[in-house]
Amino acid sequence: MRSADYVLKRGFFAIVTIFVAITINFFLFRVLPGSAVTDLSRVPHASAKLQHALTVEFGLDKPKWQQYFIYLGQLAHGNMGISFAYQQPVTHLLIADLKNTIPMVTVGTLAAIVVGVFTGVLSAWRRGSPPDHVSTNAAIFAYAFPTQWLGLMLLIVFAGTLPAGGMSNPFVFGTEPFWQHLGDIAVHMILPAATLMLTAYGSYTLVVRSALLETLGEDYVLTARAKGLPPRHILWRHAVRNAMLPLVTLIALDLGLIVGGALLIEVIFSWPGIGLAMYTAIGQRDYPMLQGGFLILTVSVIVLNFAADLLYFRLDPRIRQ
Amino acid sequence: MTLPLQDPQLATETAGQPSRRAGFLRDVLRERKAAVIGLAIILFFIVLSIVAPYISPYSITQQTCAVYAPPSSAHWLGCDDGGIDMLSEIMQGGRISLIVGFAATLVAMIIGGGIGILTGYFSGAVDVALMRVTDYLIVIPDLVFMIVIASVWGASVFHVIIVIGILEWTTTARIIRAQVMSVRERTYVKRTRALGAGHLRIIGKHILPQVGPLLMANTVLTIAIAIYLETALAFLGLEDPTVTTWGTILEHAFERTAISSGAWWAIVPDGIVIAVLIAGCFLFGQAIEDGLNPRLKVAHLSVRRWRLRPLVGRGPDAI
Repeated sequence: MRSADYVLKRGFFAIVTIFVAITINFFLFRVLPGSAVTDLSRVPHASAKLQHALTVEFGLDKPKWQQYFIYLGQLAHGNMGISFAYQQPVTHLLIADLKNTIPMVTVGTLAAIVVGVFTGVLSAWRRGSPPDHVSTNAAIFAYAFPTQWLGLMLLIVFAGTLPAGGMSNPFVFGTEPFWQHLGDIAVHMILPAATLMLTAYGSYTLVVRSALLETLGEDYVLTARAKGLPPRHILWRHAVRNAMLPLVTLIALDLGLIVGGALLIEVIFSWPGIGLAMYTAIGQRDYPMLQGGFLILTVSVIVLNFAADLLYFRLDPRIRQ
Repeated sequence: MTLPLQDPQLATETAGQPSRRAGFLRDVLRERKAAVIGLAIILFFIVLSIVAPYISPYSITQQTCAVYAPPSSAHWLGCDDGGIDMLSEIMQGGRISLIVGFAATLVAMIIGGGIGILTGYFSGAVDVALMRVTDYLIVIPDLVFMIVIASVWGASVFHVIIVIGILEWTTTARIIRAQVMSVRERTYVKRTRALGAGHLRIIGKHILPQVGPLLMANTVLTIAIAIYLETALAFLGLEDPTVTTWGTILEHAFERTAISSGAWWAIVPDGIVIAVLIAGCFLFGQAIEDGLNPRLKVAHLSVRRWRLRPLVGRGPDAI
């Protein structure tokens, strides 16, 4: 029963958070003065018919509070309006972009976790030694360099050897077998994913290091040493496993940072994802796209946070009691 | 955005001995090299941005060399796409970056510190409501949120400050709240209350000095975050286009083909300067936080200089 309670509670929190995000989204764009921002039907060069359809769909001639409920209803049907710049439904455009963003962000984040855990364990284990100093200082600097600068540096260094922009080579597309297309995308993904890894891994290193230093100070580690267990065994089986819990929390908290970093990275490497779409939307004043991008990214982060909560619940038996 | 070690759980464990703020800071600076280095870096950049207009070699509004001229003895860091000296730009660009960093942090600390102290001190409906708001705001990806607000409001330095300030207070509020809750339950605070001291007096005389160092650590760490976010917003074109900041220098280099022109000097030094300042804030803030958490000094198992030896009671040696 306990676990059902917990899942329900976190699930409820996630749903309320999504609701808050939707509400912020509505008020930010509709209640502020200026009809260019507030009026979803002002699609440039749109036919009168389309404008009329949008006005009816979103109830734009009704009072604001009514518009809010109509907006909720339209969102439930996946309707986020028409992009000012592309004159196509925002939902279609952004879902296509999201499919490009997900693989790059997943690869980059997993790489960051692997690198972060290994450098963090090395740092705590060889505490105060040169490897510790190198890995902690490298982590601090990787963390301190702006994401966009790291991306630009990789561009400068690897511009000739690795593809510098886009997601696939436009000249081989379509004719080659599937696996070749996949390989092409993978090569294009190296630089963006590596930038994301460099941005994110520093904080993982530091948190694994400090969490491991704390667990190494626990009495059960002293007991294990007294029993004469080999140090490596104590490190990996007793200490590291317990030090992973703060990492799960940090990864969940850092998701917002990763999404922000991914946005900058997509801009630099012209990766056709949701971040690039939002960047383009800023320049084109394409407010429905901005609004939709914000909503999709926020909801993704909330859902992943919920997943992290469940994972934490699985990993830490203490909160089940 | 959360920093490692900015963990509310750790904050509750920092219930150390009552210490006066200045004395604590002196101890941290004496014991930790990292704190001295961090503080020196921060002070250096503050002084630099004050005197920059008087000591920078060239004007940053007039062309003084060829477009993307490489570094030379006259222009140490080369020139940008408008023929403007990079060294002068970096020296003077720090002014707005620092102003944004400090001003946004001030806003964030007033909101975060205020909410942290209020919710930690007065538990009840206010506490629950404000903490819920904090919980929701913490989850929403901040850079994306900032982009949306800033692009609706329009590009200006003031908007960048406000946007960063009103979104970066959440972690601080949580940490301060945890600390205030633990201080509130201490015997001497309870006795003071029994003697008839009012809320204002208890907060001013007993709570504030106890959360002071923690608030200072958070201030320094938030300055780093604010400067970082300013460069990101500027890179996306949401900074006032008429000013020069460390963020807009990178933006211009990227937008105006510095990479295909091979002009690495328009990119590399700027990023290093940003990273050194952020790392300085990070070292200083982290050193204060470490000083508040004595548990990290103990490790039963650690290999030091390739030999197994307990580190009980040893002072912290790395960051």
